[in-house]
Amino acid sequence: MTDEAAVDTRVPRTVHVERCMGTVFTLDIRDHGTWDGAIADAVAWLHQVDEVFSTYRRSSDVGRMRRGELRLADAHPDVRTVLELCAEVQASTEGCFSALVGRTLDPTGLVKGWAVERASVLLRAHGSPNHAVNGGGDVQLAGESAPGRPWRVGITDPQDPSRVLTTVTGRDFAVATSGTGERGSHPRDPFTGRVVEGQAAATVTGPSLTYADAYATAAVVMGPRATAWARKVPGYETLHVADGGVRRMSAGW
Amino acid sequence: MRRAIFAVLGTIAGLVGLLSFKTQSAPVTTPPAAIGSAPNTGSTPATGLAPSAARPVQVKITATNGTITSATAVDYPQNNDRDQEINASAIPTLVQESIGRTAATAANIDMVSGATYTSTGYVQSLQSALNQL
Repeated sequence: MTDEAAVDTRVPRTVHVERCMGTVFTLDIRDHGTWDGAIADAVAWLHQVDEVFSTYRRSSDVGRMRRGELRLADAHPDVRTVLELCAEVQASTEGCFSALVGRTLDPTGLVKGWAVERASVLLRAHGSPNHAVNGGGDVQLAGESAPGRPWRVGITDPQDPSRVLTTVTGRDFAVATSGTGERGSHPRDPFTGRVVEGQAAATVTGPSLTYADAYATAAVVMGPRATAWARKVPGYETLHVADGGVRRMSAGW
Repeated sequence: MRRAIFAVLGTIAGLVGLLSFKTQSAPVTTPPAAIGSAPNTGSTPATGLAPSAARPVQVKITATNGTITSATAVDYPQNNDRDQEINASAIPTLVQESIGRTAATAANIDMVSGATYTSTGYVQSLQSALNQL
């Protein structure tokens, strides 16, 4: 298989950009057809997640739960779904990921990846097998970018996000990166409650963005040993970029 | 909690091109192509990418007189953690050059993964440039 250097203008492409959850989501559909309905559903879903889970909104279910104003039993059922996923990831990351940081409920490290993955499922349900959904740097890829051509995802340099460090290519997979982000949602160490220091970043690839997102968050907390830990989660590979630029990669990266 | 202890093997000196080095499994020789230097060596794209698995792909840039003339994918084997340690220790101050916007678009990157950006950060990001292609 050869890679074409020139963009094939015959490949259909529908791009929608949506501001949500304090970041920007990109939906990029590579199938023929009109996708207004599919995009509208996916966008509505993302905004619903924002309304339920945002830690920046006082009126969100998570916000109200934090203040003791809402019980889990009375919250949107998705909150229970997400917290159960968080509990599972907490166990498999030896506590380096947790939805409870100190005494604060914060499932943020998993919610965005979960929301993006579900958006991709919505697009598939609407009949699109080939698309990418990028939620502020966490990406779920479906199918391929063009007939015979896998998706190509560049991973940015944590020291300079305008530059690409390396590229991952494939079909039907996810890429999540966690680390120093200008949004300010730096990963916190669940054991100390403090923000992980320095300019480290971790990227995780695997089949599901829900898990890749949470594992990437945990990997920043773990530090360079994350690449050895990655053996415990088959199908997921990890790149860790330490403060200062030293890179380690898990065995299958 | 255990602290991760690791040695900082060197600073990023902003070096260019891809590096040629041996790993445990098989030798890989990739002629380095320095950005900004002649001549145009040409390059052939990598073949044999696994059809259904995510794999890392290095981007090799070839330039003539400072103009990027090709950006193609190159595989290099990274079969286990030991490969990475060997690579890292053998090249204490040399790190693959990161590529900027022009080369990334030339390399046909579709999506960009990085730490979360705000709306403002997005506008300045590589992803926003790719979305407008």
